[in-house]
Amino acid sequence: MIFDILTIFLSVALVGNYVFSQTLGICPFLGVSSSPSTALGMGLAVTFVMTLSNAATYLIFDLLLRDRFEYLQTVVFILVIASLVQLIEMMLKKLLPTLYRSLGIYLPLITTNCAVLAAANNAVSDESINGSFLFSTFYGFSAAIGFTIAIVIFSGVRARIDEEDVPKPFRGTPITLICAGIVAMIFNGLLSGIRF
Amino acid sequence: MNAKDILLQFKNGLFDRNPLLVQVLGVCASLAITTTVSNSLYMGLAVTAVLVCSNLLISLLRRFIPEQVRIAAYIVIISGFVTIVEMVMNAYMPSAAAKLGIFLPLIVVNCIILGRAEAFASKNTPLPSIIDGFAMGAGFTIALLLLGAIREILGSGSFFGIQLFGQSYTPIGILTSPPGAFMTLGCLIALIQYLKDRLQSKTKASADQTHKDVKNKEVEPNDL
Repeated sequence: MIFDILTIFLSVALVGNYVFSQTLGICPFLGVSSSPSTALGMGLAVTFVMTLSNAATYLIFDLLLRDRFEYLQTVVFILVIASLVQLIEMMLKKLLPTLYRSLGIYLPLITTNCAVLAAANNAVSDESINGSFLFSTFYGFSAAIGFTIAIVIFSGVRARIDEEDVPKPFRGTPITLICAGIVAMIFNGLLSGIRF
Repeated sequence: MNAKDILLQFKNGLFDRNPLLVQVLGVCASLAITTTVSNSLYMGLAVTAVLVCSNLLISLLRRFIPEQVRIAAYIVIISGFVTIVEMVMNAYMPSAAAKLGIFLPLIVVNCIILGRAEAFASKNTPLPSIIDGFAMGAGFTIALLLLGAIREILGSGSFFGIQLFGQSYTPIGILTSPPGAFMTLGCLIALIQYLKDRLQSKTKASADQTHKDVKNKEVEPNDL
């Protein structure tokens, strides 16, 4: 059990990091990584939503869709995620206003974060975690932690890029993408050097 | 609606407002699947099909969808068409569908489609919306093909799966991995920005000349 959980965490958060080795969730990764504090806010909001959405989509898939309406998976999952984001936003506003003030602006952006839908899809199709609600939820949590690690690391790099005198054609998106590539190379290279 | 408008829409989709290379939308899928040219082609065609269909339906329904729930309605329409494309590809090209894998259902969250629904189809009549879908889809497909060609030729020394170079060629392996994808796209966008700057400074230099010509024409009393 502990070993399985550790395997899921390592394979989704670190070795198979969603941003750096699966290129999922790039839009918020490039868009909201301008400073470490906003990056952390976005990471936490994604973690919150992704954990809950994986729990919800797994339950719905298991109880309603499995072996009967599997072709509805895409439609149902995106609707569940969109309504869940809306619901979380309303609940946070009512119950935890302080948390809402810090995460609120990032929440609407999460509906179109492809990492959330990808985690939901992967959790129901992956053989190693299939059949367990707990593992599926933990899969979402791990993927989101991986996303948070990536976006926070990269926000530090972004802060340095802004101070540099970049050649004109490379200003803006190009230099950001190239630096993301270099950070991804370092991240993947460091992890492939570790032997468990 | 005349030929000039259509041409302008295609010019917008392919060059001026290219979804991937200028607006930088739909990056996730583009980075992940452009390891080969054939994958790029399949992805481009799938996105174009969804974009054209969803633009048409959203434009037809634009008077009936309430303002407050429009995003949810668009997402349902788009995910319906994505499911259709997914099923068609699974039935007729299972190997291509397997290669695109998770990124086939993820077309739902491709910002290009929702972006065009919100910015264009919800405000225009069906015919221009269809053309906009084709133009933006073509722009995205061409950008994917460009990215795919660079990565496949340099990264694995082949084009559409056909080996181009002899045994002595060592492929640049990094280009087929995700870090290589980031860097290739970055360099491609930089190239586009460079070309755009050069084009602009050129047209600016010749603008004074044409400006004079236009003024001369206006003075001539042709209409009389």
